[in-house]
Amino acid sequence: MLKVEDLEAWYGRSYILQKVNLHVDAGEVVSVIGRNGAGKTTTLRALMGLVAKRHGRVEFEGRDLLGLPTHERYRHGLAYVPEDRSIVPGLTVRENLRLGLLASPHLKREAEIIERLAETFPRLKERLDQIGETLSGGEQQMLAIARALAADPRMILLDEPSEGIMPVLVDEMFELFEKLRAEGMTILLVEQSVDRALAISDRAYIMDQGVIVHESGAAALLADEEMQERYCSV
Amino acid sequence: MAGYPIELIVMQLFTGLALGTVFVLLAVGLSMVFGLLTVVNFAHGAFYTVGAYTGVFLFGLTGNFWVCLVGVPLVVGTIGLVVERFLVRPLYGRGIDYPLLLTFGLAYVLVELVRIAFGTSGVPFSAPPSLQGALNLGFGYFPLYRVFLVGFTTVLLIGLWLFIERTRYGLVIRAGARDPEIVRVLGIDVSRVWLLVFGLGTAVAGLAGLLAAPMRGVIPEMGIPVLVEAFVVTVVGGMGSLAGAVVAGLLVGVVVSMTSLFAPAFADMSMFALMALVLVIRPQGLFGRAGLMGG
Ligand SMILES: Nc1ncnc2c1ncn2[C@@H]1O[C@H](COP(=O)(O)OP(=O)(O)O)[C@@H](O)[C@H]1O
Ligand SMILES: [Mg+2]
Repeated sequence: MLKVEDLEAWYGRSYILQKVNLHVDAGEVVSVIGRNGAGKTTTLRALMGLVAKRHGRVEFEGRDLLGLPTHERYRHGLAYVPEDRSIVPGLTVRENLRLGLLASPHLKREAEIIERLAETFPRLKERLDQIGETLSGGEQQMLAIARALAADPRMILLDEPSEGIMPVLVDEMFELFEKLRAEGMTILLVEQSVDRALAISDRAYIMDQGVIVHESGAAALLADEEMQERYCSV
Repeated sequence: MAGYPIELIVMQLFTGLALGTVFVLLAVGLSMVFGLLTVVNFAHGAFYTVGAYTGVFLFGLTGNFWVCLVGVPLVVGTIGLVVERFLVRPLYGRGIDYPLLLTFGLAYVLVELVRIAFGTSGVPFSAPPSLQGALNLGFGYFPLYRVFLVGFTTVLLIGLWLFIERTRYGLVIRAGARDPEIVRVLGIDVSRVWLLVFGLGTAVAGLAGLLAAPMRGVIPEMGIPVLVEAFVVTVVGGMGSLAGAVVAGLLVGVVVSMTSLFAPAFADMSMFALMALVLVIRPQGLFGRAGLMGG
């Protein structure tokens, strides 16, 4: 479904992604783990076309994405939840959700879709008309995920969804990922809570200093304490 | 205030409000374009001039002021769309001075074109017969056209507010003003939002030119003082704030008209004194910079 070949990216003059290679098949959940500063966020941003200087090959459902503008990627079914969640200031929860729907052909069924999202995310249900920014960190993360799901994407990129969130909400969130996975959603997950991420993943990549240094089945990596120690301990 | 009958003061207050509505319209466009596109539009006054002359032209063609009221924003807005698409857009991301210099030069070109098409001296333009005469407001007679101006602008601003707060285009504008990146991530082409906003800003500037024409006259240089006034109002209200543009526009209108009653010699400089005062007390302007519609 997603195939990344020799992806390079620069911030100004610093060479950040130094030929990243990875792939995600349809219906797979794949984790990318690695230390802070390894280049995980930059990888996701490059996949969305948000890094100005980039090079390589990104194929999504047989289409070369790298030259496409960001908004076209979403329209082709690639959704992204950024690390900072990007809940738009001043907008209500409902307006944030609508924003995710505007580019969708299903915009006409807006009321129905928001209703459905509210069922999936009960915490958002009674807060639809509250300003999005006033939600707790975990609720904001739920909103960001719900918004990314609004237009029925075929694949979703998640950047550290559990970062800075109460444990009880993290449980809820991983239950949700399980559910999405069962429904056949393709997920590329960047996470710091390695054990939890691996528990729901099919495969995993370890990233270090701008390159993928290791690839394996999730269960195998979960058992490989030495590998985890080497690349993931802070 | 001894020696000034209360009726005169009230009338002058109302004159200030009528004048203020033109300031509001001008500042709304300027402020919106700055708040969203961070483009300081030095051609804003020229669009105002083009609006007035487009009105003169359409009126000569149709003899109908109401046609002008619809046609002028359409024509000037279309010019704005073309300017954004082909001149301003290539300059995004290059810093604030590029679009500033571009619009500065564009202003000269537009005014020169007006001179070529309509001559260097002014042309007459008066309010339509149905809006001439005076209206009895209870405490005195007031020019009907100014009453219309206040009413029309109020309706227009309410319409603009509803557009921004209640429609999906407005939702994209509000979101784009605060977080353009997430708007792109969610599948929306922000460059079309900037296009729409620039077109809207110039359309409103053109409309202001038409509406001011019967009060302030039509000459090719009419946009020069107006550009200064629009900047003063935008600075007083706070760059990027729509509410600020409305409050500051009316405030400046009233201050100017009151000074011309009590101290005519200071009328021209009163708005600058107000601006200096506001800048000392609240450098970010009355309504800060919380973003479009932010306060
Ligand atoms: N906006 C930026 N400008 C310059 N350097 C950046 C920027 N963002 C990240 N970097 C650098 O790029 C590298 C990778 O960062 P990032 O992709 O955020 O890592 P991760 O998400 O794995 O923690 C780091 O060395 C970081 O300092
Ligand atoms: Mg990161």
